[in-house]
Amino acid sequence: MFNRKTATSSMISFESVTKTYPGPSRSAADVVAVRDTSFTVDTGTITVLAGSSGCGKTTLLRMVNRMVAPTSGRVLINGDDIAHMNPVQLRRKIGYVMQHAGLLPHKTVAENIAVVPRLNGASRTEAKRSVDRMLDMVELPADMADRYPAELSGGQAQRVGVARALADEPRILLMDEPFGAVDPLVRTGLQQQLVDIQHELGTTMLFVTHDMSEALRLGHQIILLAEQGRIMQQDSPTKLVEQPANAFVEDFLGLNAVDKTLRTRTTEDGRTMIVDAHGRPAGFLEQA
Amino acid sequence: MNWVTNNLETIISALGWHVALSVPAIVAALLCSIPLGWLAHRLPRYSGPIITGSGLLFAIPSLPLLIVLPVLTGAGMRDGSNVVIALTLYGIALLVRSVADGFNSISSETRLAATALGYSGFRRFLTVELPLAAPIILTGLRVVTASTIALCTVGAVLGIPSLGTLFTDGFQRQILAEIMTGIILTLGLAGICDALLVVLGKLLMPWQKQVA
Repeated sequence: MFNRKTATSSMISFESVTKTYPGPSRSAADVVAVRDTSFTVDTGTITVLAGSSGCGKTTLLRMVNRMVAPTSGRVLINGDDIAHMNPVQLRRKIGYVMQHAGLLPHKTVAENIAVVPRLNGASRTEAKRSVDRMLDMVELPADMADRYPAELSGGQAQRVGVARALADEPRILLMDEPFGAVDPLVRTGLQQQLVDIQHELGTTMLFVTHDMSEALRLGHQIILLAEQGRIMQQDSPTKLVEQPANAFVEDFLGLNAVDKTLRTRTTEDGRTMIVDAHGRPAGFLEQA
Repeated sequence: MNWVTNNLETIISALGWHVALSVPAIVAALLCSIPLGWLAHRLPRYSGPIITGSGLLFAIPSLPLLIVLPVLTGAGMRDGSNVVIALTLYGIALLVRSVADGFNSISSETRLAATALGYSGFRRFLTVELPLAAPIILTGLRVVTASTIALCTVGAVLGIPSLGTLFTDGFQRQILAEIMTGIILTLGLAGICDALLVVLGKLLMPWQKQVA
């Protein structure tokens, strides 16, 4: 599964996918979650699907591991239509991280991390090796292996969630607002760790968030979605900020908000300080 | 006390019969209730009829049931299988709701995670859903165990041996010690079985901080 054809090919392609759900009653119209959306995710990069709640970003994410089947259109992985793949086998090859980690409460940290390697037929010894390696990668102490999820903090649980998703070295990692429920300080640490891990493993990642600063921090490519999965702009973070395609993008970036405008001020020792609209320091400017 | 020491063999035989009739009934009730409760959980539209329907089994009066069952099964009136079947039905009546509650208690997030990880249907049932439903099922099973051990004595009226035989015999022959022995052993057996279930629960469900 997923033979890499060329090093720079697109890993995941969405071809005019549409997803409708039956309306709340028989006479009600169908509810459209995603309408005719197409985009590609390049191999070995992080693509962020950003947008407000209800824009269809989670629906799109779940199409990749067949948790959601498109009503029409196709999703391809390395050129192969996943509709023809066994969904259970497909999911075992794709990492998935969810908002509240979604750890299995009756399994220890080690057992949770070992789930996918074991499902894929790894022996206990092999799985144990994966567990040790993953705990080390997400910087959790080895003695945490025997704890149960209920005994972890939110940030620790999410690290285990990432470790579990990556334990069998999937080529693709799907993340659904994974850091939304952890406090801001921990979140920044987890984001940095994810960037490092992605750099090290070269995993292709599709990341869903409604937090634009998170999108800008993580994404090689950002796809900003309006309702029904309508793509408002698809660009690198720099391009998105420098050349927002329309008012929607500007609003979502908060570029028009008064308190986002930054000014510079020279301090007494001659350095240039950046201050926000309220005069509060945001940092120092370093001359390139 | 004299009566006890003189009749140890009778007492042990009655206790043996009691265990031999109630334990299979408890196990059978559990095995029947798991699919029924799971169906009630999977088919919300039918969960009312399944749970209420099985609960109504408990309303069947026990003596008439014990008289009708041999006619249906063809077994002899004094055959122990009648008691096992009757007790199983009563156990199912009490347990189906607990099983459904147990499966319903699993968070949708956990189910979603199990699917996303790549569990196949049956493996997910056996290694994720059943263990997570188990604490609530165990609570129901403890009630069923106590109830089954108490109800098992009814068979004595029809001459099916159990600890109940010690009461019927004791009443007829006006031996208080025999009646007391029957009551104390029934309570003791129920208590020991309950304690065993609690210990078993702690061993099998270490993720549970405490099994109430």
